[in-house]
Amino acid sequence: MNVRHLVRAVGCALAASLVPAAQADVKIAYIDPLSGLMAATGEHGLHELEFAAEQINAQGGVLGQKLVIVPMDNKLSPQESLVQLKSAADQGVHYIVQGNGSSVAGALIDAVNKNNEREPDKAIVFLNYAAVDPDFTNDKCSFWHFRFDANSDMKMEALTSYMKNDKKISKVYLLNQDYQFGHQVARAAREMVAAKRPDVKIVGDELHPLAKVKDFAPYVTKIQASGADAIITGNWGSDLQLLVKAAKDANLKSEFYTYYAGVVGTPPALGDAGVERVKVVTYWNANEASAAAVPYVEGYKKKYGATADPYTGAMHVALTMLTRAMNEAKSTEPAKVAKAMEGMKMEGPFGPVEMRAADHQLIQPLFIGTFVKAEGGKYKYMADGTTDYTFRADAKFDGPATARPTTCKMQRP
Amino acid sequence: MQLVVTSLLNGVTYGLLLFMLSSGLTLIFSMMGVLNFAHASFYMLGAYFGYAISTKLGFWPALALSPLIVGSIGAAVERYGLRRAHATGHVSELLFTFGIAFMVEEAVRVVWGKQPVPYKIPDVLDGPLFTLYSSTFPTYKVFMMAVSLSMLGALYLALTRTRVGLVIRAALTRPDMVEALGHDVPRVFMLVFGGGSALAALAGVIGGNAFVTDPSMAASLGPIVFVVVVVGGLGSLTGAFVASLFIGIVQTFAVAVDYSVRDLGNAVGFNASAFPTVARITLSQLAPVLPYFIMVAMLVVRPRGLLGTRES
Repeated sequence: MNVRHLVRAVGCALAASLVPAAQADVKIAYIDPLSGLMAATGEHGLHELEFAAEQINAQGGVLGQKLVIVPMDNKLSPQESLVQLKSAADQGVHYIVQGNGSSVAGALIDAVNKNNEREPDKAIVFLNYAAVDPDFTNDKCSFWHFRFDANSDMKMEALTSYMKNDKKISKVYLLNQDYQFGHQVARAAREMVAAKRPDVKIVGDELHPLAKVKDFAPYVTKIQASGADAIITGNWGSDLQLLVKAAKDANLKSEFYTYYAGVVGTPPALGDAGVERVKVVTYWNANEASAAAVPYVEGYKKKYGATADPYTGAMHVALTMLTRAMNEAKSTEPAKVAKAMEGMKMEGPFGPVEMRAADHQLIQPLFIGTFVKAEGGKYKYMADGTTDYTFRADAKFDGPATARPTTCKMQRP
Repeated sequence: MQLVVTSLLNGVTYGLLLFMLSSGLTLIFSMMGVLNFAHASFYMLGAYFGYAISTKLGFWPALALSPLIVGSIGAAVERYGLRRAHATGHVSELLFTFGIAFMVEEAVRVVWGKQPVPYKIPDVLDGPLFTLYSSTFPTYKVFMMAVSLSMLGALYLALTRTRVGLVIRAALTRPDMVEALGHDVPRVFMLVFGGGSALAALAGVIGGNAFVTDPSMAASLGPIVFVVVVVGGLGSLTGAFVASLFIGIVQTFAVAVDYSVRDLGNAVGFNASAFPTVARITLSQLAPVLPYFIMVAMLVVRPRGLLGTRES
């Protein structure tokens, strides 16, 4: 065979394998950090998304097509994300998934809105699994954006409702990262604590730079001097791990009310320092999962290891709703699918969930969990990455109890 | 009072750790003129080796072995890489160490994963040592101080009481002259580079479990060591020591201060509510960037640093 024949043969084979596949797949771009400081978090999200897609494909996919995940590294940068969004649109991708960083999500929403206005046949639907800035489902709401995580106000609502009944709390300290999300947490905490417990004093309202502090001892000293008995913090990653470590070293007695104590890397870093001290508000608590959701958890552990926890349950809900909407609309056309997703209800792992039509915010149950040592076989599932710690579910708020009014005036095409 | 005493102790601990990191860098920087971007990577390697060895042999062997291993790696990097790059000038050196820093980070990621490793403080050193007012001071921090101080003592003795130290000190200020006198300056460079890496690794072994051991630890601590070297002054270990303590203490105290420009304005009688939003930022918010501010100010006002002996 000469070279020309070979080239032609390879070309034909490529064409044969690529073209039909490209037509018959629903491509979903995952635009999140896969390198750099936040790579671990981005990678965890990708694992969960891929697993959720596999589950759906195993049952035959949607409308005879398979879900294909296209990972795209945005390095946690809004600019980079827009480049990736453009490239996704050029590849004929109509669905994108992103979650890390409200700064990124905000840029993506704007870009998706513009893109869909200019090129309706290249329209894109944005499935947001973790960016929790409340604005996205209020003033900045978009028909093309769907949020599957509870926004930071909803989480604060649950946290403060839980704190309301704890009469031991009399002084609260707010410690947050100095960026969009940290500011939102601090603002919501100030408002809601004042409304629910006017007797509680806010003795500190501190912002520190994101992911720059190595030793939180000085902050802990300050908290100690303030006499706070509870700390509310939206900190995540090392900012939370180091804070709790420093608190343990200095024998700080306060409790921590957190958003992200359960995410990848944090439970092992908390260790004994976090036991009975760290509380978390989440939509996920594996030990509370309904019987129907257990195979999902087990399957995930089988694939990614016994200590892996599919805490980003939003991925599963998002893809389930997406495929149901496609089935209902009998089409994978973004505008029709988005329309079908509005107001959709389904049974989640912890009870009914609803994609509220008014603002595209998923209304779902929330848990308040406390980090504990799992002893005596009381708990089946452990916190992510650990073999002997877990989150004890201390309170559960059903969907309607977590819902908040929205200021969204949805513009539908 | 509690705030002052505890902050002071915290500041000194942090400062001493910084010194352990920057002493090696100061020596390398002033002798070879190499801005070693990979220095913090050796700190990270020290922490990871410390973790790996401590899970097999325990913490104490790790404390000794990890710096030795990393020191040898450092010496090898100098001998077989940097020395060649040295011949083609400062830019290639800079790029070389820059590349090493990335390679180390990626290697650590491949070997140990992207997530923090559970590097724990040994049980003997865990827990509080003494109580200060209502708060406790951890044993481990005192241990960190003790290690830094004994290292400082050992370094001082080695530099002032040994023949090698004599040559190193001479090479710090007059490398050309030392070479002219027949000393093997490249070998001294290798020794210093290896030694500096070992010191960074020692800091890593005791800092890795005090903070978090993950692949981003080098990137997050890297810039601050340069601040120490610049503020302390080229070629001056004493300068690096003073600068480390100074930066450690300033940063710790700044956190405790909640005053902003606006408050200051109010205090001196202005109607400061008219100040722009930026005036509302408090000193504690600025604490982590304060060292860089100090560095910039130092470069403008006194380019050779606090106790520097050379201009460049």
